[in-house]
Amino acid sequence: MDPGMTECQYSQISTVASSPMESQLGKKIPKRKWQTFPGRNKFYCNGRIMMGRQTGVFYLTLVLIVVTSGLFFAFDCPFLAYSLSPAIPAIGAFLFLFVMGMLLRASFSDPGVLPRATPDEAAHLECQIADDGINSPGSGGCRSPPRTQEVVINGQTVKLKYCFTCKIFRPPRASHCSLCDNCVERFDHHCPWVGNCVGKRNYRYFYLFILSLSFLTIFIFAFVITHIVLRSNQTGFLSALKDSPASVLEVVVCFFSMWSIVGLSGFHTYLIGSNQTTNEDIKGLWSSKRGKGNYNPYSYSSVITNCCAALCGPLPPSLIDRRGFIQPDTPQTAIQSNGTTAYVAPQPQAPMCDQDQCIQGTKFVFQAATTPLLHSDPISLGSVPPLLGKIPLGVACSTLSYPAQHAAAASMPSRPWEGQALAHRDPEHEANRQLYPQAPGLGAYGPSSQDSLHQDSVRGLVKLSSV
Amino acid sequence: MATEFHNLQELHHSASLATKVFIQRDYSEGTICKFQTKFPAELDSRIERALFEITVKTLNDYYAEAEKIGGQSYLEGCLACATAYVIFLCMETRYEKVLKKISKYIQDQNEKIYAPRGLLITDPIERGMRVIEISVFEDRGSSASSSGSSSTSSSSSGR
Repeated sequence: MDPGMTECQYSQISTVASSPMESQLGKKIPKRKWQTFPGRNKFYCNGRIMMGRQTGVFYLTLVLIVVTSGLFFAFDCPFLAYSLSPAIPAIGAFLFLFVMGMLLRASFSDPGVLPRATPDEAAHLECQIADDGINSPGSGGCRSPPRTQEVVINGQTVKLKYCFTCKIFRPPRASHCSLCDNCVERFDHHCPWVGNCVGKRNYRYFYLFILSLSFLTIFIFAFVITHIVLRSNQTGFLSALKDSPASVLEVVVCFFSMWSIVGLSGFHTYLIGSNQTTNEDIKGLWSSKRGKGNYNPYSYSSVITNCCAALCGPLPPSLIDRRGFIQPDTPQTAIQSNGTTAYVAPQPQAPMCDQDQCIQGTKFVFQAATTPLLHSDPISLGSVPPLLGKIPLGVACSTLSYPAQHAAAASMPSRPWEGQALAHRDPEHEANRQLYPQAPGLGAYGPSSQDSLHQDSVRGLVKLSSV
Repeated sequence: MATEFHNLQELHHSASLATKVFIQRDYSEGTICKFQTKFPAELDSRIERALFEITVKTLNDYYAEAEKIGGQSYLEGCLACATAYVIFLCMETRYEKVLKKISKYIQDQNEKIYAPRGLLITDPIERGMRVIEISVFEDRGSSASSSGSSSTSSSSSGR
């Protein structure tokens, strides 16, 4: 999650991927990359916050936690602090803040979305496979690549699937979330309670959230019961309930959510210990029932190492650079050169994140490499004007499949949402743990043209033989 | 746009993008970031094999360093957890530091080795860490055919 949310301009992602428009004065209004993000995500605070599309359940989660904790602090804590110890509200407050922090981090951060392939990459994959003769040399030459590719990882054969939406071969453990329409690395599941996918980058926050929420729920439940019991000793059971009516509500909420949350924590503890994702566990990919030699190639030697790797391992950076500015000439690359400043609008100076600096660094290579030449041997660009800010997408995933619930959560809170599940299949993507059978895949994709090479030629300022 | 191109095109020496070579990821050791060191056929005439392999191996080493799970990463992880990840407002993660080193290294390699040979390496972070994209440029000259013709790009590359 990007730090420093100082300016919170709540603006929604625009669904139309439009190139920066030119005003009458020829000024180009620079757009940030989140504004033309192809997935179905919502962005807030000018790209700093990223969530899934359906956030209603997330607000419900927030309300449940805040209201229950609020009632606890307001009605039960004074009595408990007085009669037992003031440490109780203190611990409760710490737990509550930790839960909220982890929830917001899990909800607002990038789960590990893989950016879609550039047109060049997609064309390269398609043409290369056609040339290998795997597809019959038909009209057009370049056909869609085969759906799978096999790699051997630590002795186990793993199939990498081709994603028709993102036009990439998914890395191992990645999966395409049909709700968010993104490929996510180390995809665990899409959590409606958190309003976001749970993947490589936010799995630890999600786990710490459910773990601390288990503690908080048990804590509140236990101390509300204690409160009622102590009061009953003084004034009788019924008047105790009358004095503290909120306690009843708290007990009910905590009792019913406790089972699912504690169960979920236990389930995810097991997953972390065995270094599996929910996706893999549901499919039984690494279970010994599949075969004698079947084992998890990603697991480290011990449970402790698995836990440490999942929770304390290095945090990979976000690959989608939400707050970077789109260069008006190239759709995804950010290379600009001295020789084309007259042609390309100058990039506005703005605080840049680290990825922008990486991009800038690469840009400066060109400037450094070509500066001596500019006066003597300037470089030209490709003759075809590059496409402006357009990312050709494959056939969009047109169906939604409602996320399956957590495997261990068979409790009441999730039931109302089951009834709303859309009974639609997603023919192109592995819907995460869907409840309905998958249709055979369709090989539809948008055409990629030779012009896609030209659109990057604005980068082509390279010192040649005259060096 | 067309007018600016026209001006630039009238200059003597010009380079244009001929093709792009993509070095794919090597998943044989799991999901860690590692690229294949197999030398692609398109670069055969452009750069020495040894130089290319050194570049890719060094990049692989950098990524391995970034993703290493050991004492330092545990310390960072635990400290971050204890401060509820607020500490990342003040300091950058080890991964980000290594990414900056990688970016500098690529810039350096481009300036010293690749640009003189008409090649350009794109930082993998810009491609979602999926590929190392190497753009191959050709000297146009006055009698060259239309630029950017990618008829040679469909030769099978090493994957």
